[in-house]
Amino acid sequence: MSAVIDAHHDDHDHGPAKGITRWLYTTNHKDIGSMYLWFSFIMFLAGGVMALVIRAELFQPGQSFVDPHFFNQMTTMHGLVMVFGAIMPAFVGLANWMLPMMVGAPDMALPRMNNLSFWILPFASALLISTLFMEGGGPDFGWTLYAPLSTTYGPPSTTFVIFAIHLLGASSIMGAINIIATILNMRAPGMTLMKMPMFVWTWLITAYLLIAVMPVLAGAVTMMLFDIHFGTSFFDAAGGGDPVLFQHIFWFFGHPEVYIMILPAFGIVSHVIPAFSRKKLFGYDSMVYATSSIAFLSFIVWAHHMFTVGMPLAGQLFFMYATMLIAVPTGVKVFNWISTMWQGAMTFETPMLFALAFVFLFTVGGFSGVMLAIAPADYQYHDTYFVVAHFHYVLVSGALFSIFCAVYFWLPKWTGHMYSEALGKVHFWLSFIGVNIAFFPMHFSGLAGMPRRIPDYALQFANFNAWSTVGAFIFGLSQLLFLYVVIQSIRGGQKATAQVWDGAEGLEWTVPSPAPYHTFSTPPQLK
Amino acid sequence: MTFPFRHSLIGSALAGAALFAMPAAASTVRWNMTPGVTEISRAVYDLHMLIFWICVAIGVVVFGAMLISIVLHRKSRGVTPATFHESTKLEIVWTLIPLGILIGMAVPATNVLVQMYDTGGEDMVVEVRGYQWRWEYKYLDDDLNERLSFFSNLSTPRDQILGQAEKGEHYLLEVDNPLVIPINRKVRFLLTSNDVIHAWWVPDFALKRDAIPGFINDIWTIVDEPGIYRGQCAELCGIDHGFMPIVVHALPEDEFDAWYAEQLELARADGERLEEEIAHEWSGEELFARGEGVYATHCVGCHQADGQGVPPAFPALAGSALVTGDLEAHMDVVYHGRPGTAMQAFGPVLDPVDMASVIHFQRKAFGHANGELVEPIDVIRFAETQ
Repeated sequence: MSAVIDAHHDDHDHGPAKGITRWLYTTNHKDIGSMYLWFSFIMFLAGGVMALVIRAELFQPGQSFVDPHFFNQMTTMHGLVMVFGAIMPAFVGLANWMLPMMVGAPDMALPRMNNLSFWILPFASALLISTLFMEGGGPDFGWTLYAPLSTTYGPPSTTFVIFAIHLLGASSIMGAINIIATILNMRAPGMTLMKMPMFVWTWLITAYLLIAVMPVLAGAVTMMLFDIHFGTSFFDAAGGGDPVLFQHIFWFFGHPEVYIMILPAFGIVSHVIPAFSRKKLFGYDSMVYATSSIAFLSFIVWAHHMFTVGMPLAGQLFFMYATMLIAVPTGVKVFNWISTMWQGAMTFETPMLFALAFVFLFTVGGFSGVMLAIAPADYQYHDTYFVVAHFHYVLVSGALFSIFCAVYFWLPKWTGHMYSEALGKVHFWLSFIGVNIAFFPMHFSGLAGMPRRIPDYALQFANFNAWSTVGAFIFGLSQLLFLYVVIQSIRGGQKATAQVWDGAEGLEWTVPSPAPYHTFSTPPQLK
Repeated sequence: MTFPFRHSLIGSALAGAALFAMPAAASTVRWNMTPGVTEISRAVYDLHMLIFWICVAIGVVVFGAMLISIVLHRKSRGVTPATFHESTKLEIVWTLIPLGILIGMAVPATNVLVQMYDTGGEDMVVEVRGYQWRWEYKYLDDDLNERLSFFSNLSTPRDQILGQAEKGEHYLLEVDNPLVIPINRKVRFLLTSNDVIHAWWVPDFALKRDAIPGFINDIWTIVDEPGIYRGQCAELCGIDHGFMPIVVHALPEDEFDAWYAEQLELARADGERLEEEIAHEWSGEELFARGEGVYATHCVGCHQADGQGVPPAFPALAGSALVTGDLEAHMDVVYHGRPGTAMQAFGPVLDPVDMASVIHFQRKAFGHANGELVEPIDVIRFAETQ
């Protein structure tokens, strides 16, 4: 009976508009999701080129390709572009594509705002990158924007950076509102909160984090703007302000921000590992509680980024203990993933390889995280390459690998074609090897005493840096292969079934591949 | 050359491979944190190694389980997947065990931290002041009055950085005037900054603390062994962040006392010489010659030898309104710098003779001003009005 009604609805479906207007005016979650993903990939390449400029300069001691001023602009822009242009929009793109299909909704709850929140991004990012070509150069004070280097001593283009950050923040907040509205209001009948897929859960929590902290960042950069142009002294001790205040505000945003970039990743691997282990996710409830605990803790640990600013002992102790606590729910998640694999029937297609590498390398990043949490030891690690190694392990082999994992997992659903498994595996192994050659030696150079954000270094760090550069180029160039695999799958290839992966579960696998332009116009019935 | 393979990608890869294969052979390359030369630094090192080995142990268990699963529980072996998917008991176990381990880590960490915060009872106090891009050290007496002060600048020649000369053993980790402290005495450092945030870090002392403009942080150390200890600024502080190293000479107590007495005497003699120089009738040629030297030390990096600068970041002096215009305005820029640009304030850096002579040199060489002398007394009068 219901099939008849569905067919009737399909008669009234209209496909995408023709030409460029399809993309400019679209309110379709799949179109917008695709645009987010393409945009983030372009930004990933842009940020990657900046990383390669950094690595080329650091290949050997001495000034070789760029001067220190441009080097500082590269480190700053690499950070800003990767965080705000690549990783965050990629997760929003995945959310756009998958959340409505996962909860059985026809689209996002607020489709017009969805269009706006995407279209802000290219302009905001263009504004951000254009500062590199302005007089005095682009931002050269690190993505953390510490005052007074960014205020009193910043280049004139800082004002444009602030405006770009406001725009990017507005886009993120709108995206987050949309995601919360969709998840809370548009789930198919019968899908209670504790039946939601993990990617939906992790994104729901992430969206709340975004709404909580993006305005804090907006506040911090607005105070910068006032210090620069309107004579205030929020961060200037000479006028009664405090440079450390900036760091407190920034990291109150910044620490939840790193979880914004990792919680959706937790969601993705919680789909992929069960699918390729052919076994249900172990400890679903505890996964939800662990994610919520991590989100809560993320608000009370910010000053572990600031152990060297000279906080009182009680403050150091509080932030040290709270930070160490994060290891508990994070550990629970890792143990649950491994229990999911345990006694499963595993196969190792590309998404699974990325998911396994995620669990392995994210845990390595977690270990260095625990070490960094120990305040007295952090005095030796702080602002060295050890920290650079740590956050690239959690952000590159963590967040970014989970994005690759998600793309390979859902690509057949998006394009209707299987990607080339052989090339996917080559991409995986090149990425895996490249990442480790690039970032593992940074643990050593950091422990041996190399500060971060320096354009030149003492001779004892030369070998580590040469390795890192080799690894970075292997990793960077292998992403062109990823582009090729994706385009190949869009243009053709073996037809994908609706189910795609035999072990996969969820509503998205009940619609045909490629997913029709409109799905779930009638909500599905859950068992 | 210490690093024979620096010139090619393949060479570096080979050098690296050799290192990975036999770390013992590379005695000059450190792979781990230094245990350092103080009680605190050794405690930090022990803590670091403790946490490291705990992480290794956890890693062996976790990655071991993962590996066993990958090897044994694969579809190609024809296994049927199990159906279990929750266990409250297990969840509680693997919440409580990590919690216990963390408490085990927190106890020694707290002890070391409490020890580090015990800043009282010092034998001497040194103020450390960060500048873009040098350090200033001031030896203070018991009432925190300044007795002796000097700047500490990078001394690696520019041609080494640019690859025009072979790099020395302590490339980028060498300074003109190192900080000198005694061993076996509690030295307290008061850290602050003149401009942006810097961080003073000497790995061998396990000391790293931010130097923040307008605020004072304090740290302390008691060094056990005489020696030369090197560190770097650890907080991004602008263009030359990578070029403001820290070098500390730790001397036996008696040698330090002798050194300190000698420095006080030299400082007194310097003061007398400066007074004589100020009183001296400077001729235009004398000022020009002296100013040329000062310009070569402090200005040439940005404004270039011909005064053409590197616009727009470093504006040209030659023919500029600054060197041809009002002297007072010129002194103001040199004295206070230009906030928001790379032009730093030289007021605290240059003595009146150097300041007067370099301004004279700039106006004469780049502004073609004729006759007008800029004398030390002009600078002193200007400084008094500031």
